[in-house]
Amino acid sequence: MFDLVRYSISFSFLIFLSSFVNAEERKFNLGKIATKTEIAGWNIDVRPDGMGAPKGSGDAIKGEEIYAEQCAACHGDFGEGVDRWPELVGGEGTLDTHDPVKTTGSYWPYASTMYDYIYRAMPFGVAQSLTHDETYHIVAYLLYMNEIIEEDFVLSEKNIGKIKMPNQKGFLLPDPRPDIANTNGKPCMKNCEVPTKIIGKARDIDVTPEEEKS
Amino acid sequence: MKKDKKQSLKLNRRDLLIGSASLGATAIASRSVFAKEVSSKNLPPNIPEWTGELGDGVDANPYGMPSKFEENVVRRNVEWLTASSQSSVNFTPIQDLEGIVTPNGLCFERHHGGVSIIDPKDYRLMINGLVDREMIFTLDDLKRFPQTNKFYFLECAANGGMEWKGSQLNGCQYTFGMVHNVQYTGVKLSDLVKETGLKPKAKWVLAEGSDSSGMTRSIPIEKLLDDCMIAWAMNGEALRSEQGYPARLVVPGWEGNMWVKWLRRLEFGDMPYMTREETSKYTDLLPEGKARMFTWVMDAKSVVTSPSPEKPILNKGVHQLRGLAWSGRGKISRVDVSLDGGKNWKTAKLHDPVMSKSLARFTFPFEWNGEELLIQSRAIDETNYVQPTIQELQKIRGVNSIYHNNSIATWLVNSDGKVDNVRLG
Repeated sequence: MFDLVRYSISFSFLIFLSSFVNAEERKFNLGKIATKTEIAGWNIDVRPDGMGAPKGSGDAIKGEEIYAEQCAACHGDFGEGVDRWPELVGGEGTLDTHDPVKTTGSYWPYASTMYDYIYRAMPFGVAQSLTHDETYHIVAYLLYMNEIIEEDFVLSEKNIGKIKMPNQKGFLLPDPRPDIANTNGKPCMKNCEVPTKIIGKARDIDVTPEEEKS
Repeated sequence: MKKDKKQSLKLNRRDLLIGSASLGATAIASRSVFAKEVSSKNLPPNIPEWTGELGDGVDANPYGMPSKFEENVVRRNVEWLTASSQSSVNFTPIQDLEGIVTPNGLCFERHHGGVSIIDPKDYRLMINGLVDREMIFTLDDLKRFPQTNKFYFLECAANGGMEWKGSQLNGCQYTFGMVHNVQYTGVKLSDLVKETGLKPKAKWVLAEGSDSSGMTRSIPIEKLLDDCMIAWAMNGEALRSEQGYPARLVVPGWEGNMWVKWLRRLEFGDMPYMTREETSKYTDLLPEGKARMFTWVMDAKSVVTSPSPEKPILNKGVHQLRGLAWSGRGKISRVDVSLDGGKNWKTAKLHDPVMSKSLARFTFPFEWNGEELLIQSRAIDETNYVQPTIQELQKIRGVNSIYHNNSIATWLVNSDGKVDNVRLG
């Protein structure tokens, strides 16, 4: 009995103590606690491991229809890009050439990023208007066009974190800079051996906006 | 409005041609106005026309604008660079600016979904993920936290990105103008997270904008708690809409893309989020086909703003070379200037104040007698990092990396005083 009383006293003391500590932690008492519903509406990011992927699914067959309607005007029927809008398909084997073509297939390391970006920012000017299923369909279509999945593959929140992208290992970490020769703050000041022959002039390239072209 | 400005630019260019042909005192006088309009009627010993009349009263301009004679000092863009002006960039006219403060209306813009217009009453910042308390703050809440005021440069990682393969754009503005420098007012993240608490596993934060691109970047928590802030003011007034009004992230010394504008959310997590902007963009492709990722710091850099392609030399005799230098690793400690393409260097004067991760102003007096010059500047920062030549960068990184070109540029001063962006090799 004595023990029980002592227990309940110390328990309530602990509660008192913890609320006191909490108040201490919230140093300024500003802002409000976010509700689950508020967070759900804005917490739209999808991580490489699939965390954040919303429930839903899609495939390339249906994806082709939605893509034609929502995406092809800028990105072309086959992801080839229209005018200066980005290409989405192809480019494999070009990253080490003079003219690298960086597409979702040749460059993007994670399928989650495709979902995340398409849902949050596309179609351009009508952001966050696609349903989750529509987004899965479009991503599946692009993965299929890039020969990463089969036509009948059903992409969903369960497997988007497991898709292996061709260029996943194409990125180097950590940042090696400073990567130039260390001159310890004492560069050459006199009679330095440097090339001083003019080998190119911007004026000759002639792409500077109008006021240069009088 | 835009057309008018372009028109006046053309007039100015003609004006320059006239000026450089006759290289005399009147050429200088005519530089900022159309040559035909120049007369001696306002010059000594005559009484200037504005003296004989009243000017505008104090009620004429509730928000003042620059003199109409400065209408050429504007942001400019390169239309062919991008598919849409809403997902594009323009450039700060650094060649026309003095000191180290960039006026708010001239700070370059980079948007991915146009400029969001947000009523501050509707502004909310959400903090979620690995925190003790997931919370929402109003703008007023943010302004009640302890405040900090700091000058920082913001540079786009693609500043100079068109110049990797050779000299392409003939202008100081187009090749170096994706940088600005203002004083920010805001709350440090290290203060803000005292309110939410942080779980021990929180190692990264995702910063998210509420604009039409939903801009997102991952930032390591060490950086966030070191010197990052959420700013609501620049140069003493509220942020401009194009700079993220009503609140943006400030990530001192790191690439501008991370300074998320119209900031709506910070999510704490235990790994990077690998957003589009940090995978398909803002990664630096090397010759072997692999790309560097998470190259955040902006290395030391400098540029001569005058003379420059937009600022020809109009007279023989004494001149003050002017330029800007900055480093994402700290303070600029020295700037050297060469007039012979990098063979011989002299140290320029650095002007106070020189602050960490802020633009620094340098000047260097020189005399010009009509000879060709190859003008360069070279910045050194407090870590002893020396701004490299383009050859040094190309040797390691090739020419396809787009981002982080902090190499020394060369301006050729021709014998007629005109200035060209050139590549030496």
